[in-house]
Amino acid sequence: MYTTDLRTAEEKAKARASEPKDMITDTAGDAAFQTRIDNDEFIEPKDEMPEAYRKTLTRQISQHAHSEIVGMLPEGNWVKRAPSLRRKLILLAKIQDEAGHGLYLYSAAETLGTSRGEMVNALHSGRAKYSTIFNYPTTTWADIGAVGWLVDGAAIVNQIPLCRTSYGPYARAMVRVCKEESFHQRQGFEIMAALAGGTLEQKRMAQDALNRWWWPSIMMFGPTDAESSNSEQSMAWKIKRFSNDELRQRFIDQTVPQAEAIGLKIPDPDLKWNEERQSYDFGPLNWDEFWAVVKGDGVANRDRLEARQDAYSEGAWVREAAEAYAEKQANAAVAAE
Amino acid sequence: MSQTNGDWDLYEVFIRSKNGMSHKHVGSVHAADDAMALQNARDLYTRRSEGVSIWVIASKNITASDPGDSAALFEPAADKVYRHPTFYTIPDGVKNL
Repeated sequence: MYTTDLRTAEEKAKARASEPKDMITDTAGDAAFQTRIDNDEFIEPKDEMPEAYRKTLTRQISQHAHSEIVGMLPEGNWVKRAPSLRRKLILLAKIQDEAGHGLYLYSAAETLGTSRGEMVNALHSGRAKYSTIFNYPTTTWADIGAVGWLVDGAAIVNQIPLCRTSYGPYARAMVRVCKEESFHQRQGFEIMAALAGGTLEQKRMAQDALNRWWWPSIMMFGPTDAESSNSEQSMAWKIKRFSNDELRQRFIDQTVPQAEAIGLKIPDPDLKWNEERQSYDFGPLNWDEFWAVVKGDGVANRDRLEARQDAYSEGAWVREAAEAYAEKQANAAVAAE
Repeated sequence: MSQTNGDWDLYEVFIRSKNGMSHKHVGSVHAADDAMALQNARDLYTRRSEGVSIWVIASKNITASDPGDSAALFEPAADKVYRHPTFYTIPDGVKNL
């Protein structure tokens, strides 16, 4: 998910064409860099690094940050309608964490030389991508349970290896994020468990949410390894440490027993324990839907971007006031000297 | 639209996790002034009782060594092993030394 390049083939080709020719090779430098990576050294902001490493990371970390920020929107939809004060407080705290995660990540990306303003502009203008999962709507309260349990659960599986990713600031941000993330998953599972153990109607609501969120959640890990062209370089640079398919399998293996524990059924007729592999076999994923959502055909794509643009433009007066106040305080300080 | 597009100065944030420990770098925030930087750092980095004291400093005020100078700066220490107690030979049986 966060390590997946969500650009379409045309976008990638365009980006390659716009690269300056003199950037392409510094063979000796690249070899020295690879040696550092192979020795498991962390790379820090001012270190020399291949331009492609910098670009890949800037795209990946900012895409990850955008995902955290946009990820607040489907959950915000339910703050006012949370079924109890306890649930409302928990949901607010979780959403605040997501904002925090976005900010940790923007800071990490900024150390590579792109300003936060540029990254935010890229998101608002539709140039930047974010995780496709947030373009699905949250239509019932059970969706908040499913998002916490499955979406945050998948994010944890993806993010734990990123705590050892080769770029220091990204790895450190991930350590903070991972520490905070496990409450997100547990609160989601608790919502699902409560509904699954409730009335027939509540149980149906939980099962319906699982039915809708299961496939998008396991597609979050990105295309299969055979289709994932950029992965090899990311693995060589140790930005990424496990393949999409490995992580997807890990998530499925740990989630199936959780569903069983609360009496819900994973909506995959092909799901079967494979004794030999000691893993679950599962049915084919609908990648046409995945790429359609990436390209903007998801139910909520437009709503998400509009919500971000509105939040930004409606906050302009706050930023202006803060700047005016800062300037006034600075002038007063000079006058007092 | 505000003049800086909200891209205010970057501040580095240091947190003392508890008394007796030194402040440690935890990350950065953007802010229009020092007071806002402190407030933002509090909101962002201490949501779970991570600290008892915060320092913020505008990143532009930090002078940092260049990784390119690492050899000149840090390698001279490598051949001064006599700065470490293990360099010295002490007869067997001598204690408290």
